[in-house]
Amino acid sequence: MSTGELRIRTPEGITFAYQLAGPVTRCLAWTIDMTVVLVACLIISTSLGAVGAISVDLSQAIVALAFFVVPVGYGIVFEWFWRGQTVGKMVLRLRVMDADGLRLQFHQVLMRNIVRFADLLPGFYLVGGVASLLSRKAQRLGDLAAGTIVVHHRKPAEPDLEQLLGTKFNSLRAHPHLCGRLRQRTSPDEARLALQALMRRDEFEPAARVQLFTEMAAHFRTLAHFPPDVLEALPDEQFIRNVVDVLFRTNAAA
Amino acid sequence: MIIDLPRFIAAERPAWTELETMLDDFATNPGRRLALDEARRFHFLYQKASADLGRVATFASEPELRRYLESLVARAYAEIHETRERGVRWHPLRWLLVEVPAVFRRQVGAFWMSVLVTIVGTAFGAFAVLLDDEAKSALVPPQFAHVLQDPAERVAEEEAAANDRLGGGHATFAAQLMANNIGVSIKTLALGMTWGIGSVIMLFYNGVILGLVGADFIAAGQSAFLFGWLLPHGSFEIPAIVIAGQAAFVLAKALIGRGDRAPLAARLRAVGRDVATLVGAIAVMLVWAGLVESYFSQHHQPRIPYALKIAFGIAELAVLTAFLSSAWWRKPRATA
Repeated sequence: MSTGELRIRTPEGITFAYQLAGPVTRCLAWTIDMTVVLVACLIISTSLGAVGAISVDLSQAIVALAFFVVPVGYGIVFEWFWRGQTVGKMVLRLRVMDADGLRLQFHQVLMRNIVRFADLLPGFYLVGGVASLLSRKAQRLGDLAAGTIVVHHRKPAEPDLEQLLGTKFNSLRAHPHLCGRLRQRTSPDEARLALQALMRRDEFEPAARVQLFTEMAAHFRTLAHFPPDVLEALPDEQFIRNVVDVLFRTNAAA
Repeated sequence: MIIDLPRFIAAERPAWTELETMLDDFATNPGRRLALDEARRFHFLYQKASADLGRVATFASEPELRRYLESLVARAYAEIHETRERGVRWHPLRWLLVEVPAVFRRQVGAFWMSVLVTIVGTAFGAFAVLLDDEAKSALVPPQFAHVLQDPAERVAEEEAAANDRLGGGHATFAAQLMANNIGVSIKTLALGMTWGIGSVIMLFYNGVILGLVGADFIAAGQSAFLFGWLLPHGSFEIPAIVIAGQAAFVLAKALIGRGDRAPLAARLRAVGRDVATLVGAIAVMLVWAGLVESYFSQHHQPRIPYALKIAFGIAELAVLTAFLSSAWWRKPRATA
């Protein structure tokens, strides 16, 4: 059964992870791709009027070939030239990758698209769906044969903490020994939680936002006991902002 | 301990941006070869990003930055650690004349297995039609209903046809044949992933139809027509489907892994390139077979003498055999 994540450990001892795409997302991508294939076939069959004027036989031959080549070749051509993506995968931000994290090779693209015929059996991707549900890497038979996986592909932007924390005055920094105690007593998970709460603060409902920062501020106040006059002047959200500043910018000026 | 993230990002960002630019360049120019200095720089940047990822993962717990660095390291890892052939321009002629026969030879055991299953099916079909008159109608699918006709009547009709029986629809017929035959071959190959069971059924049934039709025509004394009709395209079409079975058995063997201690993924990875090469060969053979069947096989005596058609078919078979044997003297290349 898939765990939703494929972790790869490099020879340098560094681990990175791919988020595996589930059957439902892949099914949606496939539906989009099938729509594209259908539209392409219809366009080809209706736009052959000019060829039909020259040779009806030739135009019918092209249509007969197109209805075979387009569905089979669509995945092969797009996944090769778009580096693991088709239109459906691009819309849903999925990408075919080598299962070992290496470069995708042409024979892998060809293989996973050819073996699709077995995945489609006995209908509606039943074999492929069951295989991907049972597979640790969420692989259908084609992926297994080709040594590929399908992952969520979101190109992360370079982080910009400066924009979040800014260079505002931080009254907590007037007490360096308490800042040191706060850093010492805060676990990495607590620090991450506080930072995430700040980065996503605009996504919360107003009441939930107030409640969240109230609870977080109450927790962080227990880790380091800053003087009451410092705390009284600080709303809960601003307190958390200052805490994050202390935790993540150890060398900033007071 | 938590690192000073803004300072850390500010210090390391130029290296990450440089690495990202190089990776984008590789993506847009897959065939690009690096100079030694560039390769050293790329390796340095990869190691630097890896070290940064290690620091962030250990000391910062900042998910956005970690995701960004993981993405960079993953992309660079794929470039650095890929040891399979890359950036080698594909030469169609070299692939066809050297690679295809070499791969065929390397996997020839699976080919003989495929031949055996087809022969067993052919024998079954032949005996069935010779022993039981009803076998033909029971075994032949609706799309081959024309073979249910009495052979002597069929030959008389074909030979009496004044001109073009396809009514000028040769290109359409050829396209339909190509699509159908390549489709059958692909299904045969794909069913190799059912441990070869599905492929055995496909090959056996294909053999049954072949044996049934062949025995029926020979028993009716129409051997000349049969071979004149079948050989010109069949000398490529039948081997192509047998080679599809070969590719399927290569997959099945890797899947079963008997006598091979390598993990399943490694076994399948080792045969992937060979199977893909065989797929390409099958497609080429079936395009040729479709053209021959549509433009040549459908013309019968007296327009084209059977002796000529049979000679053409035998010549094709000889060329195909010589072609597939042409790399037998070569030392097999180690699979990837």
